[in-house]
Amino acid sequence: MMKSLLPQSQLRRSAAAAASAAAARSSGGASGGGGADGVSSDAGAGGRAPATSTFWFLLHALCCLVSLFLGFRFSRLLFFLLFSTTALYSSTSSSSSSAVLRATTTTTTTTTTTTTTTNTFTLSFAAGSNPPPSNPSNHSAALDDAAGHTQSHVVVGRHGIRIRPWPHPDPVEVMRAHRIMERVQEEQRRWYGVKEPRHVLVVTPTYSRAFQALHLTGLLHSLRNVPYPLTWIVVEAGGTTNATASLLARSGLTIVHIPFPDRMPHDWADRHATENRMRLHALRVIRERKMDGVIVFADDSNVHSMELFDEVQKVQWMGAVSVGILAHTGTADQPRLSEEDKQNMPLPVQGPACNSSGQLAGWHTFNSLPFTGKTATVVGEAAPVLPRGLEWAGFVLNSRMLWKEADGKPDWVKDLDAVGENGEEIENPLILLNDASSVEPLGNCGKKILLWWLRVEARADSKFPQGWVIEPPLEVVIPAKRTPWPETTTELSSELVDTKPDQEDRRLSRTNRSSRSRSTTKRKEN
Amino acid sequence: MDVKPTLFFFSQRRRIKTVESDSDQWPAGKSNGAGAGDVLEDDPIGKLKVFVYEMPRKYNLNLLAKDSRCLHHMFAAEIFMHQFLLTSPIRTLNPEEADWFYTPAYTTCDLTPQGFPLPFRAPRIMRSAVRYIAETWPYWNRTDGADHFFLAPHDFGACFHYQEERAVERGILPVLRRATLVQTFGQRNHPCLQDGSITIPPYANPRKMEAHLINPATPRSIFVYFRGLFYDMGNDPEGGYYARGARAAVWENFKDNPLFDISTEHPATYYEDMQRAIFCLCPLGWAPWSPRLVEAVVFGCIPVIIADDIVLPFSDAIPWNDIGVFVAEDDVPKLDTILSSIPLDAVIHKQRLLASPAMKQAVLFHQPARPGDAFTQILNGLARKLPHRKGVFLEEGEKGIDWNQGLESDLKPW
Repeated sequence: MMKSLLPQSQLRRSAAAAASAAAARSSGGASGGGGADGVSSDAGAGGRAPATSTFWFLLHALCCLVSLFLGFRFSRLLFFLLFSTTALYSSTSSSSSSAVLRATTTTTTTTTTTTTTTNTFTLSFAAGSNPPPSNPSNHSAALDDAAGHTQSHVVVGRHGIRIRPWPHPDPVEVMRAHRIMERVQEEQRRWYGVKEPRHVLVVTPTYSRAFQALHLTGLLHSLRNVPYPLTWIVVEAGGTTNATASLLARSGLTIVHIPFPDRMPHDWADRHATENRMRLHALRVIRERKMDGVIVFADDSNVHSMELFDEVQKVQWMGAVSVGILAHTGTADQPRLSEEDKQNMPLPVQGPACNSSGQLAGWHTFNSLPFTGKTATVVGEAAPVLPRGLEWAGFVLNSRMLWKEADGKPDWVKDLDAVGENGEEIENPLILLNDASSVEPLGNCGKKILLWWLRVEARADSKFPQGWVIEPPLEVVIPAKRTPWPETTTELSSELVDTKPDQEDRRLSRTNRSSRSRSTTKRKEN
Repeated sequence: MDVKPTLFFFSQRRRIKTVESDSDQWPAGKSNGAGAGDVLEDDPIGKLKVFVYEMPRKYNLNLLAKDSRCLHHMFAAEIFMHQFLLTSPIRTLNPEEADWFYTPAYTTCDLTPQGFPLPFRAPRIMRSAVRYIAETWPYWNRTDGADHFFLAPHDFGACFHYQEERAVERGILPVLRRATLVQTFGQRNHPCLQDGSITIPPYANPRKMEAHLINPATPRSIFVYFRGLFYDMGNDPEGGYYARGARAAVWENFKDNPLFDISTEHPATYYEDMQRAIFCLCPLGWAPWSPRLVEAVVFGCIPVIIADDIVLPFSDAIPWNDIGVFVAEDDVPKLDTILSSIPLDAVIHKQRLLASPAMKQAVLFHQPARPGDAFTQILNGLARKLPHRKGVFLEEGEKGIDWNQGLESDLKPW
């Protein structure tokens, strides 16, 4: 498109050059014709008198010099100044003077900010291909007459790029914009956020073992991300230990660290029972201290999504969420599932089931039939660990339900003292209720799984450094190869690897008199 | 005052009913615009009857069969309108009782390998289609097309060209001079916008937008957002032609302003980012309209419209002055001042209006159609033009359209 306009633009440029020369003279020499415009003026000036031609030559030279400094934008500026004022800003005279002002400022900034390095030649094409400014008004007027419209003041064609003198942010405006953002966000919270965020009380039974740091660190990070005020109630079997306490202290959360007298047993059935009693103990502490909030049962090895904590804000008295059950097998041996087992295999989910009107109709539980006989009995055994019935992790309580006196406490809640007194099995929180049908299903009626239940443990006798700190420092029993000991002579070849330590030790013992720390010369125990 | 709007249709989340009082409920489906909200809710069924001409396959289905990209680009409204009308209750099979006549001709379906529609055959296709209906049925000649409507979703509507100068030279196709044009292009006092046209939004894929919805509680932390070209390097590397220099001005003035998140990148999170922004720029490009307006309305981002004299879609139904911010192209260097000086209450008011589900539905071409969507608004627009004025039917001896008017190249049969 540009190239096809070449002959046209040549004519225009000579016209522009003549016009610009006139303008140059009239505007007091501050601006001259564009450099390239001068080129065509030579062609046009061929037949003039010598005096005039000298004049044109001098003008051309002047223009070239000016263009050297200001660049190709110069001719474009001129064209813009001359012709754009009439067409583009025909509305008011004041706007045309501001257009001139803007145009001058355009020059000063674009020369420094421009990155395209098109030469003057191209520019003139572009300038030239703009329909001559006297024409667009005529052209569009003619067209408009035909179409019967009034003339639009929006003109087709090339426009200047408007840049203000100092195109950088103004601090006052930035502050105002931030105030707008704050107000919008506050409004968003009011509309879509939780109205009054309730305190979350997280109950976690734990005990000191190899995998405790792994599980608690994960849970700790999840809880730190919860946007609501939170209290973490950690019940530790076997009494409180420094290791657990230091881990909890580093979390920055509000911790209530409760000791539980019994030690954690080594087989899964007993461990489940003990954990249940630990949770009940925590609930009693909550009742004693009249802690207010929503109680979430977060086992240390479980994984929780953030949506869980948003969802539990909605609970009235007791809610149930869907829990994904991760029955980790641990060995390469998958439990052999027959074809029909595979077909009948329900989803590994435990949670509330609703009928079509959104009411609680029953419970989904994990089908452990395919795993019968192959589940782990001892903690740390390489076999799947399965949940039993309904896990506590899938239930959420309002702490006021446990208080002796609470406004609006429903009568289908049993008193906490009546539970667990006779040492019966406390399988799941439904035991706290007289009537299990008043449980609220959360998470889109149980359709959304908000947390995952997992049990992964090492063997009970696994060794791990206390507090995961290496103390005292380990002994170096094999000397490092690069320490500057006295040369090993060439006799010491790589094949003699097993004799090497002995030889080195012999050498070391000889050089023992030198000041070497004893710890580096200990013999390796073979 | 606390208000809690109900979430709009295509959000998957449902809230458990809490014991909060119902007086806090956001009036569902109502927009708070001054009176314009009522028009949004109009139901066209029973108010008009549309007869769809049976066109030979070469005008529509064959063109679509050649290139199925026609269904996904921003001009796809013409195809979806045809499909909608075929199964709509307002369609009539008896042309004698029809108020409006529709001619399905997919004129923007002639695509380059890159997917851009070529406008060169479009006027010939349209003219040939009109000739066909004039010769096959008597209804065109009765009124010379005054009770017919056509969809022209291309850059400059029925001027059938993507370059403004060329489009202005061509003008609207002469045979369509008396018909109602349903087009995306709208600019006041422009030769390509004829009186009585209905401006519609460009097509944006509703399913794709639905798939990228995020939690509305995510705080809006971007002040101004824009993704797109500032300089069209292929056609106008210097700037000044493209967007009348407005986009280049935006870049040059605000490229280092931290409040303006503007760039030419194509992020994968484009829709999600729009939902985290307060203002979304909708500047003109080669043509004044763009799908950005639709996206801004759907994602609740206040559109900042930088296009002088633009006529926005469904302007009699959607209160654009209340929803969006209009900035003159000359005022682009002062854009940050303008936007940061908008009073806080005005911003909140605009956000509330944008949150209205009716508004979001009205700019979308849902597949299948939903009540209150863009198809319904087009029919509402057509219904509002009824009953036809007296001058619609040609009197005896009144001269009709000159079939030989127009550019030489357009007169070639197709």
